[in-house]
Amino acid sequence: MRFLSLSKRNFKELFRDPVTVLLGIALPLVMVLLFASIYERTRFHVFSPTELAPVVNIFSFTFLLMFSATLLAKDKQSAFLLRLLTTPLKPLDFILAYLLPFLALSLLMIASCLLTGYAIGANYANIPGILLILFLVGITCIGLGLILGSFFTVSQVSGVGSIIITAASLFGNIWTPLEMMGGVFKTVGYAMPFAHAADALRFMVYGGRLLDVSEHLIWVLAYAVIFIVGGVFAFKWSTRPK
Amino acid sequence: MTPADNSIAIDIQQLSKNFGKVNAVDGISFQIRRGEIFSLLGTNGAGKTTTIKMLCCLLTPSKGNAQVMGNSITDHPEKIKKIIGVSPQETAIATHLSPQENLALIGGVFKLSKDLIKKRSAELIDLMELTERKGSQSRKLSGGMQRRLSIAMALMSDPEIVFLDEPTIGLDPHARKSVWNYIEKLKGEKTILLTTHYLEEADALADHIAIMKAGKIIDEGTSFELKKRFRKGQSLHITTDIIIPEVLEGLKAKNLMVRNDNTNLFIEADELDIYDIMDYLRSKKLKIEGLQLREPTLDEVFIELTERGGES
Ligand SMILES: Nc1ncnc2c1ncn2[C@@H]1O[C@H](COP(=O)(O)OP(=O)(O)O)[C@@H](O)[C@H]1O
Ligand SMILES: [Mg+2]
Repeated sequence: MRFLSLSKRNFKELFRDPVTVLLGIALPLVMVLLFASIYERTRFHVFSPTELAPVVNIFSFTFLLMFSATLLAKDKQSAFLLRLLTTPLKPLDFILAYLLPFLALSLLMIASCLLTGYAIGANYANIPGILLILFLVGITCIGLGLILGSFFTVSQVSGVGSIIITAASLFGNIWTPLEMMGGVFKTVGYAMPFAHAADALRFMVYGGRLLDVSEHLIWVLAYAVIFIVGGVFAFKWSTRPK
Repeated sequence: MTPADNSIAIDIQQLSKNFGKVNAVDGISFQIRRGEIFSLLGTNGAGKTTTIKMLCCLLTPSKGNAQVMGNSITDHPEKIKKIIGVSPQETAIATHLSPQENLALIGGVFKLSKDLIKKRSAELIDLMELTERKGSQSRKLSGGMQRRLSIAMALMSDPEIVFLDEPTIGLDPHARKSVWNYIEKLKGEKTILLTTHYLEEADALADHIAIMKAGKIIDEGTSFELKKRFRKGQSLHITTDIIIPEVLEGLKAKNLMVRNDNTNLFIEADELDIYDIMDYLRSKKLKIEGLQLREPTLDEVFIELTERGGES
């Protein structure tokens, strides 16, 4: 159980950084509340707490991606990872240690987004389905974070990360419906997992079943598997003896 | 190395590493005895860090091999990683953890018991003079304290072999001295490979010194041996108010090497007869304001060696 010590450290490193709490927890909550107030006036269904809280959660996972990529890139840059690589920790230990704290954070983010929505009147019909989709998006983002952190420096991560956050925000079908944008935007949007996840969630909050959104589900699942496996390999590759 | 020969902790044979066209380490061989402090001395880019990285299995050699306590670095990295402690050239600590938590982290990674972690981290914190700040996040500590923590982390698992890559780089003289004191305390207990580009550091700490340049070991021995080999003789430094040519001629007539500027006189020879020189200077009414007899320093050996190496 050598990985537990390192997991614990990564967990502390993450939660002792105020940015984690601000961007990961506080900002999504503010967004849910903000859009809910727009909904009060416009009654545009996309902004209703029921639809919005879960999809804002998708967006907030792009910060999760930044956190995991940044931690890894920082540890690489600071020689902290180098030091750990001279200890008896095995590749699997490292991978678990760099995954588990982010999984914990993703669960916390899910809970805080959904509960905030609930508090202001959201109604989720298919909760297990919603949780599954969100969990898969979380995994996708953590995996992509591992990939970015393995290959990039801290400053590159913040550059690439900003691009991904912007792309998810514009083309993720979060608060800018892709159907209304159409054309190339729609194509770009549906090439990423976020829009599929958002569509699936909008369906499930009203009681849709996973089977009904199987096409979206396959996209989300495929991305999750590819990125988490890719992340594991990227990590192993970047830390191998050269 | 035969397994029976347990006086040797690290045995390096023809170890090489190249990065593309750069021969960072170029066929070095040496042995480090158990319990000794061995210093790799060299300027930046000499290949010290690359050597250490190969020995702790972070880099695979391009050629050659090495045994660490009888384990080949290419075949048994997992065995080696259990018995070494490494202090990388860059300070390598978890910045959001306190010194105590950093040490506990390493303890946990080495599967030490809770009690042992408590006991040993307390000892190390005490020894490294971190007691006052043991609970604050490390990012708030001074550079010197972070450095000492980084070194302490290398010792947490009580490793048989310790690699210290430029342990005092970037420290002020006071902090450097306290790290030296600590390393000195480990003398005889641990086998230590220490790299440095500070000559005084190698001189003060190491039982054995290898001078490295452009990937090669260009000389090796105890500090005493190196000095003896490269600067035989003594030198006398006299400060005075005025030096007249007659005095210089007179000293040269005694077969002494003499250099001078307006007020400084340097007299060198294999062996100086100081009484004779003093008598002579007194007879010439030279006013002596300062006097210093110098043995060769390791600086001089190092400069001579690396400069000479540069010409080849
Ligand atoms: N990863 C690397 N890729 C390319 N060149 C490297 C790498 N690491 C070290 N070098 C080169 O190898 C040489 C030796 O470097 P290093 O071992 O760090 O020296 P030292 O520790 O003595 O300062 C230098 O010329 C350095 O530029
Ligand atoms: Mg170096």
